[in-house]
Amino acid sequence: MRRAPLTLWIGAALTGVFALAAVLSLLWTPYDVTAMNIGARLQAPNAQHWFGTDHFGRDVLSMIMVGARISIAVAVVAVGMGMVLGVPLGLLAAANRGGLVDEVIMRGNDLIFAFPALVIAILITAVFGPSAVNAIIAIGIFNTPVFARVARGGALSLWTLDYIRAAEVSGKGKLRISAEHILPNIANLLIVQGTIQFSLGILAEAALSYVGLGAQPPMPSWGRMLAEAQTMISFAPHLAILPGLAIVLTVLGLNLMGDGLRDSLDPKLRRAR
Amino acid sequence: MLRFALQRLLSLAISLVVASLVIFFVIEVIPGDPAAYMLGMNAQPETVAALRRELGLDAGQMARYLTWVGGMLVGDFGTSYTYRVPVSDLVLARLGVSLPLTLYALLLSTAIAFPVGLIAAARRGSRLDAGIMGATQLGIAIPNFWFAMLLVLVFAISLQWFSAGGFPGWDRGFWINIKALTLPAVALALPQASILARVMRSAVIETLGQDYIRTARAKGLSQRQSVLRHALRNALIPVLTIIGLQFAFLLAGAIIIENVFFLPGLGRLIFQAITQRDLIVVESVVMLLVFAVILVTFLVDLAYAAADPRLRRRGA
Repeated sequence: MRRAPLTLWIGAALTGVFALAAVLSLLWTPYDVTAMNIGARLQAPNAQHWFGTDHFGRDVLSMIMVGARISIAVAVVAVGMGMVLGVPLGLLAAANRGGLVDEVIMRGNDLIFAFPALVIAILITAVFGPSAVNAIIAIGIFNTPVFARVARGGALSLWTLDYIRAAEVSGKGKLRISAEHILPNIANLLIVQGTIQFSLGILAEAALSYVGLGAQPPMPSWGRMLAEAQTMISFAPHLAILPGLAIVLTVLGLNLMGDGLRDSLDPKLRRAR
Repeated sequence: MLRFALQRLLSLAISLVVASLVIFFVIEVIPGDPAAYMLGMNAQPETVAALRRELGLDAGQMARYLTWVGGMLVGDFGTSYTYRVPVSDLVLARLGVSLPLTLYALLLSTAIAFPVGLIAAARRGSRLDAGIMGATQLGIAIPNFWFAMLLVLVFAISLQWFSAGGFPGWDRGFWINIKALTLPAVALALPQASILARVMRSAVIETLGQDYIRTARAKGLSQRQSVLRHALRNALIPVLTIIGLQFAFLLAGAIIIENVFFLPGLGRLIFQAITQRDLIVVESVVMLLVFAVILVTFLVDLAYAAADPRLRRRGA
């Protein structure tokens, strides 16, 4: 493996800062995020409150830390769900390439692609009410065909290789070959796609909680902080700017990390970019 | 070409049927009794019974599904339970905001991404290219609704060039509405343009490495001429796919961004319908959105086949 590129380090550092903030928020935040202090409301950033306070006097830095936890948790679980459902489907489709199973899985994939994450979230919320869990399910369903497609694509090229053929001839079943030989060899592909879906998940979670389909009060989330800041943007712009910056930096970090990982894990994938 | 088109049309029809079944199942079967669900826990039994009659819930599920689908085919989407008007009227009025916004954003995004991606590809490796790539990397990371809020802060509150929101209505003239949709469209378009510009750049770079470009250069065309005449056309296939996909993203984005600018579009309609448990409206709007996405995918497939005869034979 060649030396990791600079983008990987910058991306990992940015992502690491927010991951640390999220973990730290489990143990400690500068202020209690549920405690209201009307006397200290709508302060601009200052020495006591580095990121200022909101209309209830809550500390914005503490809320962004807890928001990082929600965002990251929702995105991680949704990516995990997409992988757990999508990768086996993709492997199964590739093992039966050209057959009926392949056709059914790929058509099913196309169908799910016709439902944007927002639309799935709307459907689920209309019946079950809004919650962070519904956001996870919506983003997870949206991720499934993506991983199925990547797994299938990666597996298809492996199935033509001699050592896979040899395993098949020696009597190994298709499923065993998929699990023992194909899966480890497409792991790099899946990790890179996972980073991309992770960053898309953060954006989707923010959008869903912004329109009220995600995490509910009193749980702070970046999207809802922005929704609340909207009416106060003319006199308290820091409330709108800071949570947005948190989203941008996290997503940027993940994207840079994904690019860097792709370049260093698999030089073959380094396309004309 | 005709065979290919018919094949795609059949698969379009199947997708629509399956999608409508999924939506019907989630909205009308999972809640158990939709009438009781829509009226909430404290409803009088008589009221629930009346709504059940109105919604035709006494009929079997299959019969209800067929009535719903059959109605949509002739433009009858049922009656909204909160607004007491036909859903088709509500949806048509709101589409008059959401659809122009989506198309405006698509137009902007394409108009920005094409030249930017092309320049980056033609000047590959230069400082200009690096700058463009950095800017697009940032553009991809920006949530469009937050970008919209920043635009409001700068162009509506500080500079006061635009109003912070609202929509005058098409009967008040064309340009005044275009102006009202400009900030939302820019907010939607820039992140998408970043993605499109990157796709455009790599597609052009890939075609520039092809033999026919070397031939074009060898016969005396300049770099500029060979890019414009040959590379661009061949790079359009992957770019077209992304533009098709972006339609779905922009439509969903439009629904979210309407909240920032208080635009009376489909987004406001559907989020109100969710809060008021107006399941009929939710069902119809979701079906409409899914229909739009499936239709655009179909059109993109046809456009490919028209642009590249090689794709017709390969089938799906």
